[in-house]
Amino acid sequence: MNIKCHSLILCGALIASGCSSLGVKPWERDLLAREDMLMNADALDLAFDEHIYFSKEASSGGQGFAGGGCGCN
Amino acid sequence: MQLSKKKVAGLLSAATCSLLGAPVQAEEGDWDVDTAVLFYSESDDRVEAFEPVISGTRDLGDDESLTMKLVLDSLTGASASGAVPSTMVQTFIRPSGNGSYQVAPNETPLDDTFKDTRVSFSMNWEKLSKEYDFTSLSGNAMWQRDTNQKNTTWSYGVNVEFDDIDPVGGAPEPLTDMLAQDKNNTDTRTVVDFLLGVTQVIDRSSLFQVNLSLSEADGYLTDPYKFVSEVDNVTGEPINQLFESRPDSRSRQSIYGKYKKILTNKDIFTASYRFMTDDWGVDSNTFDFSYRWTLDNGYYFQPRLRWYEQSEADFYYYFLRDGELPSDASADYRLGEMEATTVGFKFGRQIDEQSSWSFRLELYEQEGDSSPSEAFGQLAQQDLYPTVEATIVQFNYSFRW
Repeated sequence: MNIKCHSLILCGALIASGCSSLGVKPWERDLLAREDMLMNADALDLAFDEHIYFSKEASSGGQGFAGGGCGCN
Repeated sequence: MQLSKKKVAGLLSAATCSLLGAPVQAEEGDWDVDTAVLFYSESDDRVEAFEPVISGTRDLGDDESLTMKLVLDSLTGASASGAVPSTMVQTFIRPSGNGSYQVAPNETPLDDTFKDTRVSFSMNWEKLSKEYDFTSLSGNAMWQRDTNQKNTTWSYGVNVEFDDIDPVGGAPEPLTDMLAQDKNNTDTRTVVDFLLGVTQVIDRSSLFQVNLSLSEADGYLTDPYKFVSEVDNVTGEPINQLFESRPDSRSRQSIYGKYKKILTNKDIFTASYRFMTDDWGVDSNTFDFSYRWTLDNGYYFQPRLRWYEQSEADFYYYFLRDGELPSDASADYRLGEMEATTVGFKFGRQIDEQSSWSFRLELYEQEGDSSPSEAFGQLAQQDLYPTVEATIVQFNYSFRW
């Protein structure tokens, strides 16, 4: 693995370690519980986007798996 | 009676859970159905796509759910083949090996046989337990674990794909002349992805997600329909059209971050960023922003801006000079240095708790260096990286029954 890859992992670990003091109590979730506040809200839009950009650009995935796709890229 | 702080927290927690369950999750036995249709159209009669989707999720109770998804994907039109334009008429053999087509002088060579219709059906069973989620879908598995009073969710996933490559007319031998039609019947490819993610609630109105991904692909990664032109060293006119060649492995890493915040007026701001790097020499940055304006009567309006840029692959060539034969070469515009911008909006309405609809319109434009410094002879007069412009239109309708 190269330096870039190690940097990515280190960066993720630093972000994750800073998470423990964040958060809310269960009764404070009224806004976060809205469907449009889900990280994967508009799932079909995300799937269409992934399909389009996979076919037009050299990058894919990130939020989900990069995958090998349809064989056209 | 005096309730301790901990007891109050517990009671409130139970009350909140029962309140929150109603609007977000379906009742046991209900189906949540999402339908959508996508129209994708590039300018200059290039690729057109029509893609209807229906997806249904049934709550089986006990934190179990079943999702079924049916997708029809229909593509037609023409796609840039990678060959350079010429001042003369050029003749190309069709991928099947039968027949040929001609490209007019000074026109970008397009493969006009680009036509594909596929239907896919997937079924996904999900079993959730209090602190442990598991999802499995034919080649991929995803685990989730909540910690810190469900304020932190850890995700781990693996995806394995085995692809049989069976292109029309066979898989060409890399860097051989189109006229030789040196092709094999089939080839194979394996892709393995790993994903590690964390989603963290920041406060009552915001949260963020960070994912790290690794992807390893091995096997036939060449595009069997793409050419790279070999040109005369003086005139720049194409003298041979070679089938492209890519390395037989690719290793990708990416970091993805997403932030969502609901504002005091109930509008929602979303921002995401992805950095990807691979051992083909491609580095990319993607920024995506949207803002959901909450209007009266359940309506909303959501503008969006996406910006993408990538560096070129090490083996990307606009063309090859006569006698220049690298081990790998591709002129596929998707591996070139470029920027792409998407702007558009989504307009929709949450009709009631059971149903909603939306409409999305976006414009996509991709630009590279159309007059690179290495162009010489007639090539200096040609557009060597034609701009891609596309319109994306989508309708959604979701309901519960």
